[in-house]
Amino acid sequence: MDKFYTFTGIVAPLDRDNIDTDAIIPKQFLKSIHRTGFGPNLFDEWRYLDHGEPGQDCSNRPLNQDFVLNRNPYQKASILLTRENFGCGSSREHAPWALIGFGFKTIIAESFADIFYNNCFKNGILLITLAKEQIQSLFEKTESENEFTLAVNLENQALIDSRGNMTPFEIESFRKDALMNGLDEIGLTLSHEEEIKTFEKNHLQKHPWLFTT
Amino acid sequence: MNGKTLYDKLWDSHLVRENEDGTSLLYIDRQLIHEVTSPQAFEGMRLANRPLWRTEANVAVPDHNIPTKDRDEGIEDPISKLQVDTLDENCESFQIKEFKMSDPNQGIVHVIGPEQGLTLPGMTIVCGDSHTSTHGALGALAFGIGTSEVEHVLATQCLIQQKSKNMLINVKGELREGITAKDLILFIIGKIGTAGGTGYAIEFGGDVIKSLSMEGRMTICNMTIEAGARAGLIAVDQTTLDYVKGKPFSPKGELWGQACEYWETLQSDENAAFDKTIEIDAGDINPMVTWGTSPELVVDIESDIPTSENGKFQPALDYMGLDQGTAIKDIALDKIFIGSCTNSRIEDLREAAKVVDGKKVSDSIKLAMVVPGSCPVKEQAEKEGLDKIFLDAGFEWRDPGCSMCLAMNADRLESGERCASTSNRNFEGRQGQGGRTHLVSPAMAAAAAIKGHFVNVAKGDWEN
Ligand code: SF4
Repeated sequence: MDKFYTFTGIVAPLDRDNIDTDAIIPKQFLKSIHRTGFGPNLFDEWRYLDHGEPGQDCSNRPLNQDFVLNRNPYQKASILLTRENFGCGSSREHAPWALIGFGFKTIIAESFADIFYNNCFKNGILLITLAKEQIQSLFEKTESENEFTLAVNLENQALIDSRGNMTPFEIESFRKDALMNGLDEIGLTLSHEEEIKTFEKNHLQKHPWLFTT
Repeated sequence: MNGKTLYDKLWDSHLVRENEDGTSLLYIDRQLIHEVTSPQAFEGMRLANRPLWRTEANVAVPDHNIPTKDRDEGIEDPISKLQVDTLDENCESFQIKEFKMSDPNQGIVHVIGPEQGLTLPGMTIVCGDSHTSTHGALGALAFGIGTSEVEHVLATQCLIQQKSKNMLINVKGELREGITAKDLILFIIGKIGTAGGTGYAIEFGGDVIKSLSMEGRMTICNMTIEAGARAGLIAVDQTTLDYVKGKPFSPKGELWGQACEYWETLQSDENAAFDKTIEIDAGDINPMVTWGTSPELVVDIESDIPTSENGKFQPALDYMGLDQGTAIKDIALDKIFIGSCTNSRIEDLREAAKVVDGKKVSDSIKLAMVVPGSCPVKEQAEKEGLDKIFLDAGFEWRDPGCSMCLAMNADRLESGERCASTSNRNFEGRQGQGGRTHLVSPAMAAAAAIKGHFVNVAKGDWEN
């Protein structure tokens, strides 16, 4: 995983609760056996007027001009602002892969679904949970300013707008560490190899029926 | 001192170490694998040149992409075919046990796990699939993970986890005649909402849960994820043991006795403390029907589509082509889908067949299909003559797979088509772009097929 650096980006407002991972990346694109190439199909059914299929050249497809990511300046957005329970439904990691592919590095919402939350951090996307009123105020700013940007400072756990207004955010320390240092989690777990082996041996002794296939 | 919940017990017995940063390393007994969420994990293993930690812990099956008819002709869509071939190749090169598309035990991953005895009480079970919660019905800690975590388990047999909070949903009273586990779980989701269980492991308890069959319990735990919780759990009792006994991979002989002794301890202690408890009175529940684009947008068959406060329901109503105040019974259907890991087991098919027996699918229905959850389910149904009942009524009788639950194969809704479906998600486009899904029980879907619109199956409204 790449390290997460402080950046400033355009905030795209997606004003909806319960956006599910089927909406983030529809099922036909899950047939890919690769980790990349999902960006053009992010929110495919909302973003285009035609039906998308894998392998298509998306640059010629008819765009839904009402959809926020097709409007100026949001094609260049790197921060997504949304409401409650973002990323619910299917566990597909293609959802964070598609968000990254589009250029999103941070998502700000009232709440996130559990599996999606994990999947994003594993891919270096920072998810920030804020209170309802704070989210509302950010939505209002995206309306009143025509290119509302935020600086995301992970180290100091703060969002800073162009006027210098600061919104602090919480994040679990292990997630912060992993993002800041771009940790290889599998390598980290394997550093406890001996402990896992000892556990496994005892576990099998206690539950000898477990390893029978 | 407080006792332990079932979740606490399962957690503690798989805890390898607690890390300094507050996370824990949890040992995983079983990983189930399917074609969609695994290719990138295997690729990662290859790139890092890592071996599998414990090969036998993994079992694979293709289910999402595969055709449900003319299977001997292979997979027509080249991209789907490549994904299934990739699974075959990965399993071969890593020597993982796989139930291939042509295997007589192939089926939807969450159906075959319990059916084969690959899912056992007391296990930790993961799969790159959110409906892994299904397996919690056997008193196992089972939850869905992403592809990075699939790779993590392949390489280390462990996951870095944070413990969830404990929730108990206590279902009291008695389900009325004709009300099923599906109606109960839809009712619960309607009550607590799709984010109601976020951050929790939910244990379902109470007399109603105890009286459910294993298959009903699986339906409940399957849709726990639709209530926001990664894991659903039900305590082990005699019903569990009777179900597990004699399955192809369940313990035999001396091991069986030893296993049972342990499994019988898999209940929450009487003085266990839950962070949250929700009481449900089952006597209030009618057959349930979702009307919107989230499983929480659900009412019972006797109701009208509710009126929204501040236009909140409008996007869902627009997508569904419905108006507030419309009676659920007035909703006419185009297609009927009986299948998916929620409701494609033998009892589900029996319930649907009971409704269909001797009747005909309404002329207004374009397609009514039954997709059994696994080859053994299909075989059993055929032994009982259920296939004939469905076929005579005008249903299609297909081969096992995920099918129109998510429409990755050729089975899908066209834009604007409306479907009564026994699956678990009514999200926009889930069953095909522009398709409109109403989630119901198998008996409700069957009755809707006969009448062409929703009827109250518990009242026998489909009979004349
Ligand atoms: S049947 Fe549907 S919900 Fe179940 S595993 Fe298949 S696609 Fe997922």
